[in-house]
Amino acid sequence: MLMGLYNDWVVVVLMMIGFYIVIAHGNLIKKIVGLSIFQTSVFIFYISMAKVDGGTAPILAEGIQQYSNPLPHVLILTAIVVGIATTALGLALAVRIKEAYGSVEEEEIQKKDNLDC
Amino acid sequence: MLAHLPILQVIVPLLAAPLCLFLTRPRLVWLFAIIVSGLAFLISSLLLQQVMTSGTIIYELGGWEAPWGIEYRIDQLNALLLLIITAISTVVLFSADTSIRKEIPEDRHTVFYILYLLSLAAMLGIVATGDAFNVFVFLEISSLSAYALIALGKDRRALWASYQYLIMGTIGATFILIGIGLMYQMTGTLNMYDLSIRLPEVEQTRTVFTAFAFVIVGVCLKLAMFPLHLWLPNAYAYAPSIVTAFFAATATKVAIYLLIRFTFSVFAVSLSITHLPLQMLFVVLGLVGIFVASTAAIYQTSIKHLFAYSSIAQIGYMIVGFSVTSVAGLTATLLHLFNHALMKGALFLALAAVVYRIGSTQLSQFQGLGRQMPVTMAAIVIGGLSLIGVPLTVGFVSKWYLVMAVIENGWWPVAVLILLGSLLAVVYVWRIVEAAYFKPALAGTETIKEAPLSFLIPIWTLVLANIYFGIDTRLSVQVAQAASQSLFGVSP
Repeated sequence: MLMGLYNDWVVVVLMMIGFYIVIAHGNLIKKIVGLSIFQTSVFIFYISMAKVDGGTAPILAEGIQQYSNPLPHVLILTAIVVGIATTALGLALAVRIKEAYGSVEEEEIQKKDNLDC
Repeated sequence: MLAHLPILQVIVPLLAAPLCLFLTRPRLVWLFAIIVSGLAFLISSLLLQQVMTSGTIIYELGGWEAPWGIEYRIDQLNALLLLIITAISTVVLFSADTSIRKEIPEDRHTVFYILYLLSLAAMLGIVATGDAFNVFVFLEISSLSAYALIALGKDRRALWASYQYLIMGTIGATFILIGIGLMYQMTGTLNMYDLSIRLPEVEQTRTVFTAFAFVIVGVCLKLAMFPLHLWLPNAYAYAPSIVTAFFAATATKVAIYLLIRFTFSVFAVSLSITHLPLQMLFVVLGLVGIFVASTAAIYQTSIKHLFAYSSIAQIGYMIVGFSVTSVAGLTATLLHLFNHALMKGALFLALAAVVYRIGSTQLSQFQGLGRQMPVTMAAIVIGGLSLIGVPLTVGFVSKWYLVMAVIENGWWPVAVLILLGSLLAVVYVWRIVEAAYFKPALAGTETIKEAPLSFLIPIWTLVLANIYFGIDTRLSVQVAQAASQSLFGVSP
């Protein structure tokens, strides 16, 4: 049970770690890192889903009968690109926020916003 | 050429976006964007016409047969959404040039139009595609361009709002990705139509329930359903005015489309409604959303915030109509979706005109504007009346259908609550009217003039559409009814 679903456990643990960081941390950079971990866990989930026991890479060759499913791998390539774009945009925003507010801590930003109102 | 309309709908704005870089002058880019958006509108009108006469259009990308290839599947529901998005986008673009000249630095104008076209293409893609993973990709393109567009706002709080939206939006999109993965694991297919055939075989498994839960929560985050709406008010309030007008009228509508598509087409009604307490959950959350958001709207001091909260309340009405799960209820939701796009498009565009003239949307600054900008303020009043649901406006039509659908289902208390919710709308619209018409103008504001024609023409196009579709409901009701009938599998 535990070993058979090893990958799934890793996925769930990583997902929760990432999600927790996003919610609990006030530092904008840490939030982005948490978000990345959260997304990565989903990538692992897709990739392990595609693995077929005893299957190899899906390249046609003599003497090989079983192949892993390549489709989820391809999907995840796309998702990785999306993830990179999101991280890059998030970090760029964090830089701009630092310039505008002089801080990347959620609490301080909120405090400065409340002063503006 | 006509056979390729479904792909042209998406590919034209998608290819046009990078082409903007080659046009050196922002003015040229603006004209180019209008032409592209107008072309998209033309295509969506043709598509709607085709669908209404000859039924669902299936387009296989690259000639690869589904479920191996990706297919675009346009039925009445998609065609209606495509029409709303392209129409609003085109109308809003007309005022874009004037508006962003005051709100965005000159060197970023080209970037603005690129992002605008990208987000347009992505929204059209979400609606047109029949492939679940394709939905995720387009969803992320639209969200990423949305974050960047919001961050273009003048106020530094725009950055913070955009960042918060990025966090929430990415969590939502990743949830949808998990849901799609679980579905793929159970069925081995990503094609939505194919999924709808294969899912019933494995319906009673925990994996499918989990997939459903992830997809629904992810979509609800995107559509800002109460209590997942926290990102919306600031994002709308601090984004450049044109962006707000475009998104308020289209972005949440696309998410509602996804909710309908996933609950009714991909997961059969039997799973979504019978086995899970979704109906109860949605009717309660919808109603609470209406009341909480409307009350919050009453206490806002900035008009953009006020209408942003009002948008959340209007989403509540759509969710209530959705939760009735009858043909009538869904018709009401789709009608409200169409009508709300017209109302909020008109209102936020009128606010853009006000921002252009007075540079602020604080309620206190609105004093006496009824005399200084009579044409713009009249548009806000008519839009507000439509929001309340006064007869002869579109708001009345959709509330009428919604209340009828709820009563047909025997939910009297819900019908009463919907009407009470409309009373709250009276309060917040009245606050604007009071400030604009019954208070003396502030000192030093005598020089404020009426908004230029580049604002007034698009605003009044939308306002007149508000009135026209409030009287002649044939087009909107017919399409909405046909769409909801086809979702329930009833032949018209």
